[in-house]
Amino acid sequence: MKSLKAKLAGITAALTLSVTAPAVIADETIKVGVLHSLSGTMAISETTLKDTMLMLIEEQNKKGGLLGKKLEPVVVDPASNWPLFAEKARELIEKEKVASVFGCWTSVSRKSVLPVFEELNSILFYPVQYEGEESSKNVFYTGAAPNTQAIPAVDYLMEEIGVKRWVLAGTDYVYPRTTNKILEAYLKAKGVAAEDIMINYTPFGHSDWQSIVSDVKKFGSAGKKTAVVSTINGDANVPFYKELGNQGITADDIPVVAFSVGEEELAGLDTGPLVGHLAAWNYFMSVENEANEEFIEAWHKFIKDEDRVTNDPMEAHYIGFNMWVKAVEAAGTTDPEAVQNALIGVSVPNLSGGYSTMMPNHHITKPVLIGEIQDDGQFQIVSQTAGLIPGDAWSDYLPGSKDVMADWQAPLSCGNYNVKTGKCSGQNY
Amino acid sequence: MIRCLTLRGRLPSSLFWLVLSLSILSAPVHATEFDQAIQALNTSKLSKVEGAVSALSQLDDERVSTVFTALLNSELYRHKKDKKLVLLVEKRGKMILIQDLFSGDAPYEVKKRRIKRVPVNNQLRGQIKAYLASVNLNHSNTDKRYAAVQSLLGDSDPEVLKAIKARLLVEESTRVKGILQTAIYLDQLSSQEQHIQLKAINELAGSLEPAVRNQLNQIVADENKQALHNAANKALAQIEDKVAFYSFLETLFFGLSLGSVLVLAAIGLAITFGVMGCINMAHGELIMIGAYTTYVIQLLMPNSIGASLLVAVPAAFVVSGLVGILIERGVIQFLKGRPLETLLATFGVSLVLQQLVRSIFSPLNRSVETPEWMSGAIDINPIFSLTINRITIIVFCLVVFFALFLVLKKTVLGLQVRAVSQNRDMARAMGVRSTWVDALTFGLGSGIAGVAGVALSQLTNVGPNMGQAYIIDSFMVVVFGGVGNLWGTLVAGMSLGVANKILEPVSGAVLAKILVLIFIILFIQKKPRGLFPQKGRAAEG
Repeated sequence: MKSLKAKLAGITAALTLSVTAPAVIADETIKVGVLHSLSGTMAISETTLKDTMLMLIEEQNKKGGLLGKKLEPVVVDPASNWPLFAEKARELIEKEKVASVFGCWTSVSRKSVLPVFEELNSILFYPVQYEGEESSKNVFYTGAAPNTQAIPAVDYLMEEIGVKRWVLAGTDYVYPRTTNKILEAYLKAKGVAAEDIMINYTPFGHSDWQSIVSDVKKFGSAGKKTAVVSTINGDANVPFYKELGNQGITADDIPVVAFSVGEEELAGLDTGPLVGHLAAWNYFMSVENEANEEFIEAWHKFIKDEDRVTNDPMEAHYIGFNMWVKAVEAAGTTDPEAVQNALIGVSVPNLSGGYSTMMPNHHITKPVLIGEIQDDGQFQIVSQTAGLIPGDAWSDYLPGSKDVMADWQAPLSCGNYNVKTGKCSGQNY
Repeated sequence: MIRCLTLRGRLPSSLFWLVLSLSILSAPVHATEFDQAIQALNTSKLSKVEGAVSALSQLDDERVSTVFTALLNSELYRHKKDKKLVLLVEKRGKMILIQDLFSGDAPYEVKKRRIKRVPVNNQLRGQIKAYLASVNLNHSNTDKRYAAVQSLLGDSDPEVLKAIKARLLVEESTRVKGILQTAIYLDQLSSQEQHIQLKAINELAGSLEPAVRNQLNQIVADENKQALHNAANKALAQIEDKVAFYSFLETLFFGLSLGSVLVLAAIGLAITFGVMGCINMAHGELIMIGAYTTYVIQLLMPNSIGASLLVAVPAAFVVSGLVGILIERGVIQFLKGRPLETLLATFGVSLVLQQLVRSIFSPLNRSVETPEWMSGAIDINPIFSLTINRITIIVFCLVVFFALFLVLKKTVLGLQVRAVSQNRDMARAMGVRSTWVDALTFGLGSGIAGVAGVALSQLTNVGPNMGQAYIIDSFMVVVFGGVGNLWGTLVAGMSLGVANKILEPVSGAVLAKILVLIFIILFIQKKPRGLFPQKGRAAEG
């Protein structure tokens, strides 16, 4: 019986060998999963990241691949459909056996794939700025947490511009709600009175901003310097900025600082009336240094279009991918457990002229840049933090998470360890 | 001889220039200071520009205004290789037309990469604006003068006040005189003598300038001086009445403009769904196609953005109309009388169209420029202004509505459309080619959707998803207004717009939408046929 089985196995093996000879070569590659929506609502932002990943992988292969093998991208399209993200993630890990996955944009898509990555113990690099309050063993957050984007931006407005009154405007979902909660607590801790803070939420894709902009105008005419902190997401930004321009609100009256508006979003916008409004990111295309120039040049060559812009999430993938490469080289294997351990402490150059390091809480150190929108759709950097700021998984300004910390190094190995009670809540994220 | 004369004629003038340039070089200290400051502008460092701007604003030189205006409009560049300052004249794709600063030489083209903008930030823009305002106080244009005084309101600098008082003596325009007076009264509010303060408060009662309100609020907050406190309270009450009135008008305007967007989006549907009874889920995508047509037209005529919109209207009508006819001929005609299948099939069509646009134009939003004549606002008073693009869209909506109305009432096509929609068999018996009419009706509805797309391209994103945002609202308007009734669509769209805008400040944008939806559901329970139900036998069938 045994021998029959062995024989059969031998025959099958021989067959596969003879029929699908190229498959042998494929086995010699390391697969990298790319999980970005190429259709549906989020395609607008995520398609670029897919291209970025393809470019990074191509470049790495030119350098000789990784561990002597070529890298092979496996691109899937979760079509802006959150449950589909989980399905596709499972497909990538179980069927395609990818070594790691680069993907997701919205928080809800990340939350959707999280259980899959934890169950199958794989690795996800998440490249977008998000609300924090999470640290998973299997996710590496290369975008900004609130303390590496929102808080420095508010500091800039408060100290450099002298803003006294604040409008926190956002789209009605988890990222703006959490960020605004953190900002509200932060502003109040800084002594801003409750009546000087106006909070406003709008539905996804909100297109009629007349009353809200008019309210902001009224709120801002009370004689104190006013600023809008915008966590308005995606498509709603265009009509919002158009309305600002139409109602004659200029950046020197009431500056708007946005956390979701980058070069890519501005490319779909007539930027004339927006000049001077602000954005806070960890990278701008206009950063002047050699690494960035090389990156932009490579991007233009890869995408075959000189007009395409680069943006912050692209840089996050650039950092994340290089970190992964370095960690795999250090570990000498693509085994997820080994790579997860090797990733902590890895340091690679970022595009704004420094080195980003992966912290034990799976977030990275980044500089924070504040830029003013220019009429060519680029940002002019007006402020830059002196050093790099490590991303904070759990905000210091929210009552619930003040005492919580994440540290994935032994012996703690916990994503939400409560310092006061001395307990790891057991919850994986 | 003649040549000799001209030579002689030229000689003195060149001498004159020589003397002048010598005098510029040697005599006034400004000239060198000015040049130094200008030289300091030739930098990529913001901190250096800051220094240069404050140095320049100390100088009494006419050229400062020119430099500042260029800085403010981000038109001041520096030539990287030649290390000189240049003015941007025009952008021409990858090339840029520039002119050397203060040379008077002819403009010339350079590559974009050769020049770099002199950096400015918001603080600098504020400084420059303040400087220009004080210069513009004596500008020949009334509007400029008015704006200058307005931006100086509440400025307690004695120099500024002196300039304002001086201007009041020579000012001729009553409008500017009024605001100059306001500025002076505002200053008197902080006078040491109570009777002057009281008089100023009385004079300022009813002024809508935010600066006035803020100052009066400060006086009210100070309870120590009873008389002043009372007077200021009275003046404020008067102001608040006016504010309330104007904010009501504003809400009404916002509501009408939101309503006109709804009507524009829904009116095409009112024809395909209302008249033909065909549920077209791809309606939003037809709007999107109209918007993309606008984008393409602007690409084709980049030098006349103003006219491009006017061209885009008929173009979008034709393109969307043709796509509509294609959908009708290709899909809908085979599913006649099977509304559920039509719904699913057209939903499929909508996904196909979206992905098609994504493949052709990329998934990124496209930027459609707003022409000059549609941007800006008409300021009725300091707290009430009407944005011109919204006014244009309200007017455009009404024009489209009445044009469509006339087509349906006065033309042969309209007659046939109505005949087919009322009784298909009878119409066919009378010799109306009903399939032909169906296709044309669908084309008409789709074309109107395309026209709506032109208008929406001025308000919102032009991207593959834009249609989806409007499909639900459109159905809501048509169902609420009464299926098959154009007037119903107009009234329903406008009233939903106004209701939404009245609710929005009270309940927030998210809740306002929900409340409106709940209201419509309840309303449809009571009157299933909408606001203006169709009457007669046709409606029963």
